[in-house]
Parts: sequence; structure tokens; C-alpha cells
Amino acid sequence: MGTLAGAHPWRVWRDPLRQNDRITAFLMLLPSVVLLAVFVYGFIGRTVWVSMTNWGADATQALALNPQLEFVGLGNYRKLFTSVIDVRFRQDLVNTFFFTLFFILGTLALGLALAMLLDRKVRFESVFRTIFLFPFALAFIVTGTVWRWMLQPQGGVNILPELVGLPRLNFRWITTREQVWQFDWNTVPAFLIGALAAGLLWGAWQAWRLQDGRKPVRSGTLGALGAIGLGYALLGTPGIQLLPYPEPHGFNLAFIGILLAAIWQMSGYTMALYLAGLRGVPEELREAARTDGASEFQVYRHVVFPLLGPITLSAMIILGHISLKIFDLIWVMAGADNATTDVPALLMYLRSFRANQFAEGAAIAVVLLLLVAMVIVPYLRSSLRGEVRR
Amino acid sequence: MLKPLAAILTAAGMTLATAQSEVEIFSWWAGDEAPALEALIDVFEAENPDIEIINATVTGGSGVNARAVLKTRMLGGDPPSSFQVHAGEELIGTWVTADRMEDLTDLFEEQGWMDVFPERMIEQISTEDGIWSVPVNIHRSNVLWYVPGNLDEWGVSVPADWDEFLGETCPTLQGQGVTPLAIGQNWTVQHLWESVALAELGPEQYGALWDGSLAFNDPAVVDAFATFADVMECTNDDFAGLSWQQATDRVVGGDAAFNIMGDWAAGYMTTTLELEPGEGFGWAASPGTDGHFMWLSDSFGLPVGAPNRDATIEWLRVAGSKAGQDAFNPVKGSISPRLDSDLSQYNAYLQSAAEDWSSDVKVGSLVHGTVAKETFMSEFATVIEIFLSTGSAESAANAAQAIATQVGLGQ
Repeated sequence: MGTLAGAHPWRVWRDPLRQNDRITAFLMLLPSVVLLAVFVYGFIGRTVWVSMTNWGADATQALALNPQLEFVGLGNYRKLFTSVIDVRFRQDLVNTFFFTLFFILGTLALGLALAMLLDRKVRFESVFRTIFLFPFALAFIVTGTVWRWMLQPQGGVNILPELVGLPRLNFRWITTREQVWQFDWNTVPAFLIGALAAGLLWGAWQAWRLQDGRKPVRSGTLGALGAIGLGYALLGTPGIQLLPYPEPHGFNLAFIGILLAAIWQMSGYTMALYLAGLRGVPEELREAARTDGASEFQVYRHVVFPLLGPITLSAMIILGHISLKIFDLIWVMAGADNATTDVPALLMYLRSFRANQFAEGAAIAVVLLLLVAMVIVPYLRSSLRGEVRR
Repeated sequence: MLKPLAAILTAAGMTLATAQSEVEIFSWWAGDEAPALEALIDVFEAENPDIEIINATVTGGSGVNARAVLKTRMLGGDPPSSFQVHAGEELIGTWVTADRMEDLTDLFEEQGWMDVFPERMIEQISTEDGIWSVPVNIHRSNVLWYVPGNLDEWGVSVPADWDEFLGETCPTLQGQGVTPLAIGQNWTVQHLWESVALAELGPEQYGALWDGSLAFNDPAVVDAFATFADVMECTNDDFAGLSWQQATDRVVGGDAAFNIMGDWAAGYMTTTLELEPGEGFGWAASPGTDGHFMWLSDSFGLPVGAPNRDATIEWLRVAGSKAGQDAFNPVKGSISPRLDSDLSQYNAYLQSAAEDWSSDVKVGSLVHGTVAKETFMSEFATVIEIFLSTGSAESAANAAQAIATQVGLGQ
């Protein structure tokens, strides 16, 4: 690009050498564009289509050589969110929510802690770095198998306290049916709308603060919308009734075992990210802060952590999509049938390939895709924008 | 580097050369069950030296993984020559109804199988349009396992029905810190459910559940769920993480008194644990089901468009033959469905099972694919999960009925 700076675009296009370049580039990209179009976007499209058919509802067509499918619109989705039997799917969504939350928090916190320790110029740093990073190199299948053994009720983790003379634990890590923080599924809209409204209010306040009140209409509108939303949520979202009866959901304690294994596996990775980030913080900045009388805590709080923001965001995106898609780890640790540790990806498999309900399986897949998209798309947008700026 | 390449080339060459005489047998008989399949293949190869068997197995108990692989192959238009499937609704409700299987009535008539297989069984593997698979074995689902010496020590006897179990056996054992009944992961809980349901409903009403004439939320069935709830109070509470073998180990190891499991448990205890039937372990019909034989059967069928149809039919002939079945079953730890099998080759447990098979009332198993289509069978796991988390017989019965209505059970 640099050599052509200032050249008129039209002349660039007419330049036979450049044109040749473009054709070559196009031909080089073509295979992967075609493959992506067919094997990614084509199949996504087909899954969306299947999710709106009745594939599986009629056993004579479910596994026919050429299944005759009928369009049923959003029927499968309505069923997932309202039918009695699909209480399992709704609990799976709740499971995914809690799993994602604690997985990201745990992995970031542990990774950051390890990185900060290593950043203190310890001896044998590279040895420790390798040790902490090593679990990341394992497949979830291996991690799952190892942790399943360690979390057996009779051994492993439960007998650890005996080593220091304490009574042994008696927790059934992966199979307990205990559930905490129960709430009624019918209150979910209130939570969602309330969260959205809180976001709007925060945005309004930010707009007001940053612009010194110069655009009162904009922040005022945001604030009003937020206030209305919050009020509506606090009133219990009148007019929205998901189920005609209360349906309790909550955090299944059986996930603690799965979380242990997942955090153990991935925290080395966040440690590596954070370590690179910490090393990238110029020493002069820290020095300057110390000269200004900042305590070590304040150096981290006001200098280092803000600079680690982008890394935290990237790590959250990567961990978030891993946890939304998690399948193999749970498959190995708890099996597919154990509903206390079920997630939508497992249910998708069970529905499709055991119960022959292909359309419902596809609908679950689309819900998962939307969840992952909610995490990935903003990230892609911001990183693409960043590239353009560069 | 070169070796695998050479092997692939050779294999490809052989495929070309012998394409006419190859049969691909798809099953989930790996591990402990592989030698039985090998024995059957040996019989086949001795009779048909020019046909090569390709033994395609996908591991996973009760075919949970194999069935998923099979579905992707069938949907992709790449059926194996013949595949293992539970006889009854698991085959009919999934494959026959989708028009993917060939009628085997001619083979049954030609081989005289109409007379050697029990009439009731042929009914269950047939529809109005034909007979759909060749059963190679019979397993019994409703068996209670125990160690005779341990029962004497704890001062309990084999309970005749669930009333006796709940009223006497269970409290006596719990008082001594012994788990009365050992169970394992979800499907073994369903397995226990079907034995309890058979006992509480009796064979007639139990059968009526599957043709849709008895609703799951009928008071009789809710009562059965309530009994089931009481029985669950007498089980180990760490069951969700245990395989069926580990549940059996609890009984053999003396931590638990009883276990209800299919009679593959006899195969496990005789072959793997090397116990003598009758001494090392004892058995009885599960409480309240004496005289009732809850059966399931593995079978092979002929998919439409199977490669090498003639050779595949020859495989089916051997699989249904007396020689084939008597080679297969003693190793597998199951009995032959044929009424003329040579019992001298079977061990003490299997001989007693064969005797019951010829005289008992036969009812089909839910969990193992005999009586209900796959969709219901698979969703029944969710019913049990709902039951385990709510503990409510009503909710479980209602959920079961909701699923039955949705999938059109019995239609």
C-alpha cells in the first residue's frame, strides 16, 4: 500500500500489474470462501430451516431416506420455552448461565493471580510458567477423565483434608442433586428487562457525565427509557406470562466439580495472556506512579489493571464461547443422562440422535448459536473497527 | 509411514476384488461382549469361507453411541449390510415405520423359524406388513441378584413382593448399615422402574401402557410411581455416578444386599468376577414378578439398499440358526430364543432362565427397546429426572403422559 500512496484509485485498477494481483488474490481466496459458504453458512442456514420444520414429530418421516418435512414456523422454539417436558431445556439454560459466569470469573481471577505471582521475577519462572500452562495443552476428554476420578465420593479430593488431620469431606461432587439460589422461571423476563433497563440508566448517566450535560435530550431519553423499563420489571412484568405455573430453577451444585476441572484447564491460558499483558506495561509508568506516592496496590489498581482491560475482554470472549459450547468435558465427567449437569449442547445431541427429534435438536442448536453470537459479534465488530483504524 | 499406506492399498484392492462377498456387521458388541460376536462370526465363516465379514463396532452400553452413528449413516444413504438393534419397537418405531427395512417373512418360512421361535415373540417383532428382524438372544430384565451367604448373615430372605421388601427387608438391612438395593446411573433407575411397574400393575396393565389403553396418569400408575418412590428410599444415594457393573460390585462386595439388573449381570459375575452361579451369587424374579419374564432381545435386520443383499441374507440365516445361536449365547451370557436350543452348553443360571422363558408370561422391556418407540424411551429418562428432582409421583406420571401423547405412544 505504502508505495502506491497518493495514486488515484482508478489508475490502480487500470494498472495491469495491480489487476493481476487482484485476480490472483481473488483466486487464492476463492476455495476458502466456497468452503466456508457451504460448510459453515450453508449448514447454519440448513439448521435454521430444519429447526422450523416438524422433522422427527412423525416417526414415519424421521429417518426416511428422503424425509418429507413440513414448515411449522417457530413451533419448536415455543415448545422449548413453554412445554412441561422441556423443563430440562430451561434448566439447561440456567445451568449454562451459572457455568459461564463462574467459569469466566474463576479462570480470569486464577489466571491473573498466577500471572501477578510470576511477574514478581520469581526463580525458575519458566518452569512454573510451563507447569501452569500445561493443562491447557490437554484435551477436555483427558481433563474430564482425570477429574472424574479425583472427584469420586470415596476418594481423591474428598480425602485431601485427612492429610492435614481434618475429617474427610463427604460431598458428591458431580452427582449431588442439591440446588441453590432457586427462582421461578416466570421471573426471568423481569430479570432480563431489569438488567437492560439498568444498562440504559448507566448509559444515560455516562452520557450526562461525559458531555457535561450538553446533550440533555439524548441522555434524558435514555434515562427515561431505563426508568420505565426498571419500573416495569419491578412491577413483575405484567402482561408477560411464560408458564401458567411456577417452575423453580437454580444453580445445581453438581456443577462445582465441572467448574473445578474447567477452571483448572483454562486458567493457565489466561495466565499466559495476562503475563504478556503485564510484561507489556512500561516500567516507566509504574515508576512514575510510585514516584507520585502510589502504594503497590494503587499501582495495580490505577495503572496496571486499566491497561489489562483489552486482554480481559479477549479472554472473556474466548472463555465465554468455550463455556457456551461445552460438551465433551461434561460428557466424560458426568455422562449425557445426568440432568443435574446437563447443558443445551448435550440435550441437543440427546434429542437429535437418541430421540430422533431432529427439528427440536436443530432449534436447540440455533438457540446456542444465538447465545454464542451475542458474545462473539460485538467482539468481532470492535476488533474489525480496530483494524480499520490501524 | 509406508506400512499403513500399504495396508490401505491392500484393503482397497481387496474391496475391489471381493466386493461381491463382503458383509459389514454393525453392532455395539465390543469389550466384554466381543468374544460372543466373534463366536458367531466363526460359525458363519466356517460355513461361508468365501464371504468376508467386516466387524464394525461402536462401543457404549445398550448401544447408546452406536445408534447415533447408525442414524447418521442411514440418513447419509450408507447403510451397513446388517445392524444390531433391539427387537421390537426400537426397530419398528424407528426403522420399519420409516420404510428402511426389508420384510424377512420369506426367510422365516423357508428356515422353519415360525415354529422354533415363540409365537408371542414373533408377534412383537412383526407388524401387519412383515417380520422385521432375526433375534439372536434373549435377556431377562426383571432379575433380583444377591449373594446367598450375605443374606443369611444379615438375617433376611428374598422378598416375594415390594410390600415385604419395604416393610421388612429394607428396614432390617438399613438397621445394619447395609444398602438394601444398589442402583447406578439414570438408565439403571429406569430399569428398576420397569420392574416395579410390572410388579404393581401386573402384566396385563403393564402391557396396556404401551398400546395407549392405560394412561400414565391413571391412579394405578401413579400408585406404581409412589411405590417406586418408596423403593428409591432404600437405595444408595450416590447412584448417579455408578455404572451398572459398579452397582453389581456393591452387592458382590457386601455393601449392598440386592440389585435389580438384566441377566447380563450373570455374565459379568460368572465371566469377569469368576463367581459360581448359585453359590457366589443367587437370583430370583424381581419382587412381585414371579412367573413373568420381562424380555429384551438383540436382533439383526436387513436394511433396504444393503450392499451384498444375498450374502447378508446368508448372515441372517446363520444368526438365526441353532448352531449360530448356541455358539453365540453361552459366551454372551444370554439364552437362545429358539425353543430347541441345546441347553447342555449353558451354565446353571442360563438353564434356569431358559426354563422360565419357555413357561413364563412374556412382557417386553421399556428401557431396552422392546415395547415403546425410541422417542418415548429416550424421553423417559427425562421423566425419571423430573421424578428424582421433584420426588413427586404425580409430576412424573403427568410428564410421562405428556410425552406419550406427544409421541403418539401405541399408534
